[in-house]
Amino acid sequence: MSLHGRDLISIRDLSREEIEGILAAAKKMIPYAEGTKVLHTLADKLVAMAFFEPSTRTRLSFESAVHRLGGNCITIADASVTSMRKGESLYDTIRMLSSYADAIVIRHPNEGAARLAARASDRPVLNAGDGAGQHPTQTLLDLLTMQEAFDTLSGLRVVLLGDLKFGRTVHSLAHALALFGCEIVLTAPPSLALPDPARRRLEHMGAHIREEADLRRAIRDADVLYVTRIQKERFGDETEYREVAGSYHVDADLLRDAKPRLAVMHPLPRVGEISPEIDETPHAAYFRQAFLAVPVRMALLDAILAGGRKGG
Amino acid sequence: MPAKELKITPIKNGTVIDHISNGLALEVLRIIGAHTLDKDSTVSVALHVRSNKIGWKDIVKVENMELSPRKVNAIALIAPTATISIIRDYKVREKRSVDLPERIVGVLKCPNANCISNQPEPIESEFEVTNRHPVILTCAYCDRETSDFLHHLA
Repeated sequence: MSLHGRDLISIRDLSREEIEGILAAAKKMIPYAEGTKVLHTLADKLVAMAFFEPSTRTRLSFESAVHRLGGNCITIADASVTSMRKGESLYDTIRMLSSYADAIVIRHPNEGAARLAARASDRPVLNAGDGAGQHPTQTLLDLLTMQEAFDTLSGLRVVLLGDLKFGRTVHSLAHALALFGCEIVLTAPPSLALPDPARRRLEHMGAHIREEADLRRAIRDADVLYVTRIQKERFGDETEYREVAGSYHVDADLLRDAKPRLAVMHPLPRVGEISPEIDETPHAAYFRQAFLAVPVRMALLDAILAGGRKGG
Repeated sequence: MPAKELKITPIKNGTVIDHISNGLALEVLRIIGAHTLDKDSTVSVALHVRSNKIGWKDIVKVENMELSPRKVNAIALIAPTATISIIRDYKVREKRSVDLPERIVGVLKCPNANCISNQPEPIESEFEVTNRHPVILTCAYCDRETSDFLHHLA
């Protein structure tokens, strides 16, 4: 089914075939994202970046994607300078934006905000993260990173490490991994374990899913170690935070027994979860992952706004 | 009807909600908004009444009122065994079980405090019935699942 004119709110909006199509298109976008080839499929398009929450990579990679495709952006980067500060609803703000732009990319601190935006807008809406909810474009770039590293997704053993409760990237990613028949290994402190409903949904999909509290054991046969940031603000007690954060530190010693091709990924920003000594090893996939955000978002914008012409 | 079975008086026109799960009549009254009714209307409540169908039940009778679909949906959530009879001129003109639709709009608050539907936005809460036995609802905005309806009535 064509993505032309569609919203992308949740990774569940996409079938496995559609995800495969986006990844194939994204792969072809890499030279355009690097600037070695030029494409102008969005030359007549204006994309609104509605960011109501801080973001570095997501906003800049979306803006890069629009510019690399020859389009233009209008941007809300700080909600405090908009009329929402005067009490304007998100609904009205988005309704207005949809009359200015051809598509809207939204990040918002409340779960469900992107769904509301999609209802308010008669232009396509792309969710760039809503609270602890969904972040589908992050999932797509995570998948592309894995596919590039292993030439396939099916059958990969992926360890999801860290905050599996509030980390929005892991909920979307786990769903996609289940779609591709990956084995999912969950490693998290009990207070940040994957919530039951999320786990039930994965099991309902027939996901191969298990828990492994011992990180060293979890990564022994893993292909991918997907690390997420453990957020200090989720802990009431500083000591508890330090214990948990310390037990999930990824360094050269931890990776000693890992497969040589183990790919360490992280949606970034990292705050001490991965030692800088990993950066120059073949395990470090997180900077490549950050770059792949651009071709993935180019492929999506191209498919949604330009009907995928030339990009496919 | 023999006098000994006449637990509460018949009504001329209105609605009888029968087979309410034991102990939930007061919640049903809250859904109906019994305190907002016409001052001349009688509201009768029977608690802990024997029932061949469900063991023990509650009954609510409200004079001069017919329930909106939204109120019927709310009752269906907390008392799925309930039946609703419309009374006109002392006769039962219509009797039906409550039935959950596929979507529940404006009846419950999302249990996720951070859901956009709990913010001052010009929208109503909306849930999809994602499982019927037991009933599980999924928020149409934030995807949060809930099966605790009693504590989240809007």
